Amino acid sequence: MYKIVNKSVERIDVYEKVTGKAKYGADLNCGSQLYAKTVYSRYPHAKILKIDTKEAEGLEGVIMVITAKDVPGNNIMFGKFPVLAQNEVKYIGDGVAVVAAESKEIAEKAAKLVRVEYEELPGVFDLEEAKVENSKRVHSEIENNFIEHSHHLLRSGDVEKGFKEAEVILERTYRTQFVDQAYIEPEAVIVLPDPYKIGVEIHGSIQNPYTIRENVATVLGLKINQVRVIQSTIGGSFGGKDESVMLMAARCAVIALKTGRPVKMVLTREESFLESSKRHPFQANYKIGAKKDGSIVAVENKVYVQGGAYNNKASFANWRASIHAAGPYTIPHIKTDIYGLYTHTIYGGAYRGFSAPQMVFATESLIDELAEELKMSPQEIRLKNCLKPGDEMGTGQILLPGKIPAPLEKMIREICRKTDFESKRKKYIQEREGFNPLKKGIGLSCTFRGAGLGGEGIDTASATVTIDIDGSILIQSGLVEMGQGMRTAHAQIVAEVLGVSLDRITFGNTDTAVTMDSGATVASRGILAGGNAMLIAATELLQRLHQQASIMLNCNIENLISENEFIFNKSKPDKKLTFEEVVKECLKGQGLSLSAQGWYNPGPEKLSPETGRGKAYPTYSYGTAVAELRVDVQTGKINVEKITAAYEIGKAINPQIAKSQFYGGILQGVGYAIMEEMRTKDGYLKTKNFDDFLIPSSADMPEMEVTIYESDDPVGPFGAKSVGELGIELIAPALANALYNATGKRIRELPLNLERVLLGKTLKK
Amino acid sequence: MVTKKIELNIKVNNKDYKLLVSPNKRLLDVLREDLGLNGVKEGCGIGECGACTIVMNGKNICSCMVLAGQAEGAEIITIEGLTGPEGELHPLQEAFMETGAVQCGFCTPGMILSSLVLLRNNPSPTKEEIRAAISGNFCRCTGYQQIIEAVQLAAEKMRKGGVKVNG
Repeated sequence: MYKIVNKSVERIDVYEKVTGKAKYGADLNCGSQLYAKTVYSRYPHAKILKIDTKEAEGLEGVIMVITAKDVPGNNIMFGKFPVLAQNEVKYIGDGVAVVAAESKEIAEKAAKLVRVEYEELPGVFDLEEAKVENSKRVHSEIENNFIEHSHHLLRSGDVEKGFKEAEVILERTYRTQFVDQAYIEPEAVIVLPDPYKIGVEIHGSIQNPYTIRENVATVLGLKINQVRVIQSTIGGSFGGKDESVMLMAARCAVIALKTGRPVKMVLTREESFLESSKRHPFQANYKIGAKKDGSIVAVENKVYVQGGAYNNKASFANWRASIHAAGPYTIPHIKTDIYGLYTHTIYGGAYRGFSAPQMVFATESLIDELAEELKMSPQEIRLKNCLKPGDEMGTGQILLPGKIPAPLEKMIREICRKTDFESKRKKYIQEREGFNPLKKGIGLSCTFRGAGLGGEGIDTASATVTIDIDGSILIQSGLVEMGQGMRTAHAQIVAEVLGVSLDRITFGNTDTAVTMDSGATVASRGILAGGNAMLIAATELLQRLHQQASIMLNCNIENLISENEFIFNKSKPDKKLTFEEVVKECLKGQGLSLSAQGWYNPGPEKLSPETGRGKAYPTYSYGTAVAELRVDVQTGKINVEKITAAYEIGKAINPQIAKSQFYGGILQGVGYAIMEEMRTKDGYLKTKNFDDFLIPSSADMPEMEVTIYESDDPVGPFGAKSVGELGIELIAPALANALYNATGKRIRELPLNLERVLLGKTLKK
Repeated sequence: MVTKKIELNIKVNNKDYKLLVSPNKRLLDVLREDLGLNGVKEGCGIGECGACTIVMNGKNICSCMVLAGQAEGAEIITIEGLTGPEGELHPLQEAFMETGAVQCGFCTPGMILSSLVLLRNNPSPTKEEIRAAISGNFCRCTGYQQIIEAVQLAAEKMRKGGVKVNG
């Protein structure tokens, strides 16, 4: 039995957060700091004829105005994002100049005094336009609007043969929208010139410090080791505090180096909505074939993903989409193709779930449509086709107990029983015809999710653990705490391994000068990869402590146990050494090091580029949800009444925190399903703040009932795997399916807002 | 172009202040910049998200929607004022810690202060009353479930006569 792992201990950073002591990016201040403000484009696509900064520079208190020509190194960053647009603006959020002033009020005033002359150009504003051959191009250096390296595929079996065998074939198209991550803290950074050498130090709400470090270094024309990035407390990110923060850090760093003064930039909500990444909109064209007994024989799709003006995520997101495109089902013949496209609009990036929520909306709506066609129940068709132990996935991976579990069948049965799914579903169908305009509906969905990055990229992570002379332990991960609870889970892993109390552990914020490049904190890899790195570092230190203790106790090292703050020989447990005694002897008696770096490398997953087949992910997590709603068919208003969900996550390092992740994911799923949409018209962003971009409040959220399934999964630390993103992706299809159950109307486009529910289409286009 | 500053007398967290501020400065900025109370957060600037919630004259309000001049003579509580003189935590703070009601923490100060006003007026709120009372405070992390549990737990702690700090 574990002492600390698998227990719902309090978060180690919660005291600072309930007392208002935790400092977020906007709370950081530095003597003599300047305030920077970006001047944004006025058009979605235009030639820049002239930028006149004289008037702004003349304002008292303005120290500097920079444009693209002031960037000392490379103006173009990862994903073609320009620090500042040069010659041409490609979307409405492009920055053209940055002013730096003695106060934020002066900076705001000066930004309005920068005069930019444009020549407006026609643009490509949606997927249909972008797809057309010989269409206007967003980037002239490529031949069309297809984003480089963004075409991903999966080929399994022979779909033509499969569709010949099929007795029922359906073809459907599903569409999803741009949505913002809508973290409550807008982005903030402060960049300090390094006081001791040429370089900069960047603090702020930064999800991916290593990406920022590398990009800012090239912008400044410096080496990577001349840029140091330290995260502040982060007020939520969900994938979003990445590109926008990279732009802010680069702009401020240019000014900091030129002026020798610290530079602070805090986005307003409007700027955050304008400039930060969004969830990619998908147009998913599906064809599915099945036998009359419900067994699915073939799935084929072509999916188009709106990337926006610049993009550094579609090539990764589309890979995940290609693997998950046929859902958690055993299907002999699969052909998937996912393409990303540039448009002169706000751009797609990472948002919790990455490309899965879009794909799961499509596939889990589709399977309900197929069930309807076959006169089967949604439960029955899923039970018939879901991945079971011993099955081969579309990628060719085999699910085996003790290796990759396949618990969906049991989970689907249990959730349907618990929610009384079948009898409610039948009852609500009968009630569709009644006079009461309030209709009830119930909907089911299920999913699987590849844990970590898998074949998407290198999945390595680092951790440092240092024990000091007083027995205190400093842990620092190369991955970032954003509120998800990672640092608490990491602390639990270290305390469990060393057999000490959590009170000894302090967590250092991620600092690129301390921990090695761990890549990005994405793909629900904080526990799987980051936790394994902690486990490796802590185990290394335990070895060193035990080495010394075996000499002190004169016993064989194999017989030693660390538990409850003591190290002792299990065959002579009466003679115990305290943890501190052994630490002191190591450090002061013997001069040993009690600092270790953990480096976890799961090894590259091997996939064939021609077929997409191979070992896509080391393991998978699973989920299933039932949504219950009430819809007013006279107004189109949906009330979500209850969400019941179950998730298989290996082992919960902290069950309370794991549940928190699911509750939050469900909230974002509800928003995605029925409320949220970043609307653009001809490239202009129409949704500017929270009065327009509505997100769920406490009054919109239903009661949630979440069950965690545990399993033996050998990949992660103590059997733990991915948690963070599973919660969100089940909700939109479960609600769309529930809406169908209530009304008999199938809506294939998100969000399920009043107009779509009432009229079947939106009026806002 | 310099606006004439006004004298502002306010009581914040039981301490009296006499400040010289621009009359059109937002109360949010007075608290953050002039008094260094960084527990007051800014999330949207238009009174929608509730991150800047404070208690002013017994009511929970968005401090981004109040100008300094409008706060003359006001009595204000921010999250920094909830902790007792010896650092003892308010039952709401304890409850938020115990139930897992905090993730990123950015909405937490405002959420706790809206809950404080609720519990002062209604010591035994139902779940629905709690939902209504915090509906002006957005949280993107928690789905509100553990926050509602926290407010219920705090109410219970306060009813049982637990430590009463500024409550």
